[in-house]
Amino acid sequence: MTVAAAALDVVGLTRCFGSRMAVRDVGFALERGEKLAIIGPNGAGKTTLLSMLAGVLVPTSGAINRAVERPCGWVPQQQAVYSKLSVAENLRLFARLERLADPDAAVARMLAQTGLEDRAQEQVGRLSGGNQQRVNVAIGLLADPAVLLLDEPTASLDPRQRARLWELISALAGEGRCVLYSTHAVTEAERYADRVLVLGDGEQLFLGTPTELEEVVAGDLAPSAIAPPGPSDGPAGDFETAFVQFLRARGH
Amino acid sequence: MRWLLVKDLQILRRSPLQAGVLVVYPIAIALMIGFALSSPPGRPTVAIYSGIPTSKVIHLGSTRVDVGSLAEQLFTSVRPLREPSPEAAIAQVRDGHALAALIIPDDLTSEIESLVTSGTGTPTVQVVLNGSNPLERQFAEQALQSRIAQAEQALSKLVLKVALGDLQVVLGGGSVNLLNRQIPLLGLQRSRTILGAQIATHPGDAALRRALGQVVNFANLAIDGLTFAGPVLGSIGTPVTVQQTVVAGRSTPTDSYAVAIAAVVSLMFVALLLAAGLLALEGSEHAYPRLVRGLVAPEALLAEKILLASACAAAVTLVMAAIVSSFVSLDWGRFELWVVSIALAGLAFGSLGVALGGLAREVAGASLLAFLCSLPVAFVALVPSTSVSGGVEDVLKVVSFVFPFKAGLDAVSNAFSGTPTGIVLPLLHLVVLTVVYAAGARLALRRFAAA
Repeated sequence: MTVAAAALDVVGLTRCFGSRMAVRDVGFALERGEKLAIIGPNGAGKTTLLSMLAGVLVPTSGAINRAVERPCGWVPQQQAVYSKLSVAENLRLFARLERLADPDAAVARMLAQTGLEDRAQEQVGRLSGGNQQRVNVAIGLLADPAVLLLDEPTASLDPRQRARLWELISALAGEGRCVLYSTHAVTEAERYADRVLVLGDGEQLFLGTPTELEEVVAGDLAPSAIAPPGPSDGPAGDFETAFVQFLRARGH
Repeated sequence: MRWLLVKDLQILRRSPLQAGVLVVYPIAIALMIGFALSSPPGRPTVAIYSGIPTSKVIHLGSTRVDVGSLAEQLFTSVRPLREPSPEAAIAQVRDGHALAALIIPDDLTSEIESLVTSGTGTPTVQVVLNGSNPLERQFAEQALQSRIAQAEQALSKLVLKVALGDLQVVLGGGSVNLLNRQIPLLGLQRSRTILGAQIATHPGDAALRRALGQVVNFANLAIDGLTFAGPVLGSIGTPVTVQQTVVAGRSTPTDSYAVAIAAVVSLMFVALLLAAGLLALEGSEHAYPRLVRGLVAPEALLAEKILLASACAAAVTLVMAAIVSSFVSLDWGRFELWVVSIALAGLAFGSLGVALGGLAREVAGASLLAFLCSLPVAFVALVPSTSVSGGVEDVLKVVSFVFPFKAGLDAVSNAFSGTPTGIVLPLLHLVVLTVVYAAGARLALRRFAAA
């Protein structure tokens, strides 16, 4: 993939908090419609990386280039919605703040896209966690972004709600949007992402497809770097096991 | 900013308890203050034993003094429980049925007569107080002491009147009542005239003439001295005349000052709690990062919270002032000064509120912080600076200066009844505090971003 073709091109992104380097020299490029999962242990820098891409945090160094000069859609880890407002009121508020040409049309579109038409007038605080997360996602999509950033989107959802959300995300990618999401559920990275980016202590440890990660672990690419599996690591070939082994081999 | 205002108003509308408190609180304060200021002061219950018959009269020289009615004056500022004996009166205090007992002994009249006629009497009334509640004790003590002082002064004036009358008779002649008999007195001035006429009938070197001359000299000295003594005795009744002039500050009537305090307390609570809560809500709902990533500038967010909080606080405070004005006379002709002072004080409190909300980052913590901050700030501003020692006075002045309560109170009380020019400095002070606290809030928002 060339830089010119990339919908999102990230170069040498670094963020320091005082003397601590939370994200160090991370770089990748995404094509339209591509899904990238960012995985890594707690404190690896996943949220910091997404926050920089979303424009919430200013990078200490590095560059973020977008093919389309539209801000990324951002779905933060904690639901950033007003619980006292209804679903429609939340969407309308952010549509107006985004200065969309037709806020009401955008609200109607997002209600339809997220399947929340029936709940439009309900206060968000009275919705289930899954539906609250759909409102959270809908707000991130209001401005019809070319790149959608989701920070652990399925963290508080039950399996059925997760499946519905992944359906929605896959459909969004199918429309040509780049989707970046962080997750602790490694199987979701394997199942739904085209590529995975592994972070450890802010450092970019791996960028490639889930299969390539498994191949690395299996020793095809760098067998000397892989530690023998532990007693609880499960059978070889399991992506989650491969991921754990990968991190262990690199001291994480 | 408009849509944020709409959003916050929608949220307030969906929080009926908080919105209700915001409306009901200042109205309740207004009604309480109105009733307190317009009601007559309460009278403490006092058990009274009086050994003096109500018709008892004593004679001071030619003047008749109704001691019974004099004693009754003591009862006018209390709710009396008349008791048959001193012991019964004290028992009422011990049992908590009366805050105090006033015991007027049987020998009070004879002691007064003895004091007036021979200067040896010690007329004494006894006050017994219940010390279990210091505030109630002080209330009863003040009510009785002021009446005792008035009765004492009335009696003193009567005695002086008698003394001055007798003195006049000694000087100019007349008659005095002695044991119900009118006794004629020649008087010093007439005696001197008679003696002067007699001296002229004697030769210049006669021994009698010299002796009479000495008596006339004495009479002259006595007349001069007693003539001077009259005004001196008269002045004892009111020895010092107090002429009061206010040379600095303002002469705000007590009632309107009390209303100003109530107004600023209401303004402070509503603006501080609302601003702190509204900003902290953006943290509690995790909406702040989403808002400030290009949708709203942090400064605009702060301005919206300050404006909304101060507008709501100013509105309820003006409603409160309007209600209180039905109890206490407030000058509606100065309404524009009310609005300006309340609006600027509201902005300063709102600005302090967002600073506290920025520090706390979540609603419950922000509300608690705002509440904890309000009470001592108001208390410190209301403590008279001269009532504490030098070091503490300086601390109080600094605290009063850096928080908006004192400046707000100065502005609002001047707006209600002070001089229009007296409002300028407090208003400038409020503007400075608004800017400083808003800058502090902007710094505190960094914690939101980092959260």
